[in-house]
Amino acid sequence: MKAFTQITGLAAPLDRANVDTDAIIPKQFLKSIKRTGFGPYLFDEWRYTNYGEPDMDCTNRPLNESFVLNQARYKGAQVLLARENFGCGSSREHAPWAIDDYGFRVIIAPSFADIFYNNCFKNGILPIVASAEKVEQLFKECEATEGYALKVDLSSQTVTTPSGESFSFEVNETSKHNLLNGLDEIGLTLAHEDKIRAFESNHQQQQPWLFA
Amino acid sequence: MAGKTLYDKLWDSHLVHQDADGTSLIYIDRHLVHEVTSPQAFEGLRMAGRKPWRNSSIVANPDHNTPTKDWDKGIEDPVSKLQVDTLDKNMKEFGSLVYFPFKDKNQGIIHVIGPEHGTTLPGMTVVCGDSHTSTHGAFGALAHGIGTSEVEHVLATQTLVAKKSKSMLVKVNGKLGVGVTAKDVALAVIGITGTAGGTGYAIEFAGDVISDLSMEGRMTICNMAIEAGARAGIMAPDEKTAAYLRGKQYAPKADQWDAAVQYWNTLHSDADADFDAVIELEGGDIQPQVTWGTSPEQVLPIGATVPDPVNEADATKRTSIENALKYMGLTPNTPITDIKLDKVFIGSCTNSRIEDLRAAAVVAKGKKVASNIDVAMVVPGSGIVKRQAEEEGLDKIFIEAGFEWREPGCSMCLAMNADRLSAGERCASTSNRNFEGRQGPGGRTHLVSPAMAAAAAIAGHFVDVRNV
Repeated sequence: MKAFTQITGLAAPLDRANVDTDAIIPKQFLKSIKRTGFGPYLFDEWRYTNYGEPDMDCTNRPLNESFVLNQARYKGAQVLLARENFGCGSSREHAPWAIDDYGFRVIIAPSFADIFYNNCFKNGILPIVASAEKVEQLFKECEATEGYALKVDLSSQTVTTPSGESFSFEVNETSKHNLLNGLDEIGLTLAHEDKIRAFESNHQQQQPWLFA
Repeated sequence: MAGKTLYDKLWDSHLVHQDADGTSLIYIDRHLVHEVTSPQAFEGLRMAGRKPWRNSSIVANPDHNTPTKDWDKGIEDPVSKLQVDTLDKNMKEFGSLVYFPFKDKNQGIIHVIGPEHGTTLPGMTVVCGDSHTSTHGAFGALAHGIGTSEVEHVLATQTLVAKKSKSMLVKVNGKLGVGVTAKDVALAVIGITGTAGGTGYAIEFAGDVISDLSMEGRMTICNMAIEAGARAGIMAPDEKTAAYLRGKQYAPKADQWDAAVQYWNTLHSDADADFDAVIELEGGDIQPQVTWGTSPEQVLPIGATVPDPVNEADATKRTSIENALKYMGLTPNTPITDIKLDKVFIGSCTNSRIEDLRAAAVVAKGKKVASNIDVAMVVPGSGIVKRQAEEEGLDKIFIEAGFEWREPGCSMCLAMNADRLSAGERCASTSNRNFEGRQGPGGRTHLVSPAMAAAAAIAGHFVDVRNV
């Protein structure tokens, strides 16, 4: 897994609540059997004015000029500012794959849907939960200031705004450790192989019908 | 000390290891697999030189991409075909307990076929790379959706890295009125919790209304727990659960049956168990529900009118209402019953089981689909549901009324196959999500029960099924 330690990146504000995974990456792109190449189709229905198809060359597609990520000032953004319940809906990991492939490394929102939140950590993306007031402040500052960049440091669990103001965020210790070091979770789990085998053997004795 | 919730019991009985910060490894009994979220996981296994830990835990079939008509032509979209072929190849290479390839007589929606064959049992942990895995909680199983990296993790280790959720009790008391169904209960609950209200929780559904429901109805409610934000919805198993499972191919055999049922009888929340949140509602207060917006929480009883954003004080919510009205092409204060439709879809892992088709057929019998409805389709959840419906003559009722009778699959719930809405088309759908573009780019979805969908097909607009 890709590690995440610290970045200073341009922020982009996506001012909508309940952004669902169908909006993040529409279903037609889920037909791919690969993990990569979803970036050009991120937010496809909001971003372009024509219908996107898998493997389409997006360089000449008509852009929806009013969509925030199409504004020149947000080109190259690495920090996505979002509203509550970001990533709700389906479990498709294609959503964080598309976000990562586009170039975002951090998402800051008042809340995330559970499955999406988990999926981010598996892909080197840091989802940060901040208070609604703090997120509102970041939206206002970001919209008011061209080139608004945030410094995000996982090790110290802090976000620093261009004015030097900092706030801290919570992250589960294990997720933090794995993300900082880019650890392979399967490898880590297999270190407990004996424990899993012992559990399984006992479980089978107690409920043999589960192993039919 | 307080007693245990059903969720506590399921969690504790699968806990393999726990770190100091609560990060846990839980053992997974059943792994459901479909073509969309698994290819990258199998590729990951292959690249790391790993094998599935226990391939007899795997129940698989393609469902999202498969066409629902002209099966003799195969899968015409080459990209869809490659994904389905890839599942065939992976099943052949890695093995499984159950695999129904495309066009198998038992193929269907993964969340319909699992229970049908007794591969979902009380006390199990069930995962699938699909958020509607919560469906299986209706059996007293801890069941939830996972991402593709987690699919690979479960394949390789038979465990999932997880943190215990908080617990919520949703208690539905009393009795449902005539014409009010499990789908209306699910939508009414989401109307109360919102789509994020269940985030971080496992929801246990209980109360007389839940006990009175069939297994099909219970599955409909647990299916939509994810639409309330909860990864898992669960219900305590009872005699109906055991009766449903008895004799199914992978249910406990005669020599283990009594021991299994004895164990299942312990799977309920203790009387003195504490929940982190409790919601109670009266079944008798629940009306047939219709969503008007682009989120399942934007739902109203059939007798209501479309909301007016000027009445919403919260700015973010007001913007959401305005966006939804614009996308849906609706004017504030329009009665729901004035909303005219272009298409009707009866199907999906929420509402494609035999009871759903029966409820729709009762309404459609002897009637005709309205002339303004371009397509009204019925897509059974599985080959077994389809055959059962045909034995009961439901297919004939639908066809005579002007509905299309299709082959099983996910179909227009998410429109990955050819079944989809065109931009601006409005659909009454028995599926689970009314997100923008969900049933096709620019398509407008209203979520309803199967009976309400059938009644809307006949009338050409929404009607209160209780008056039909």
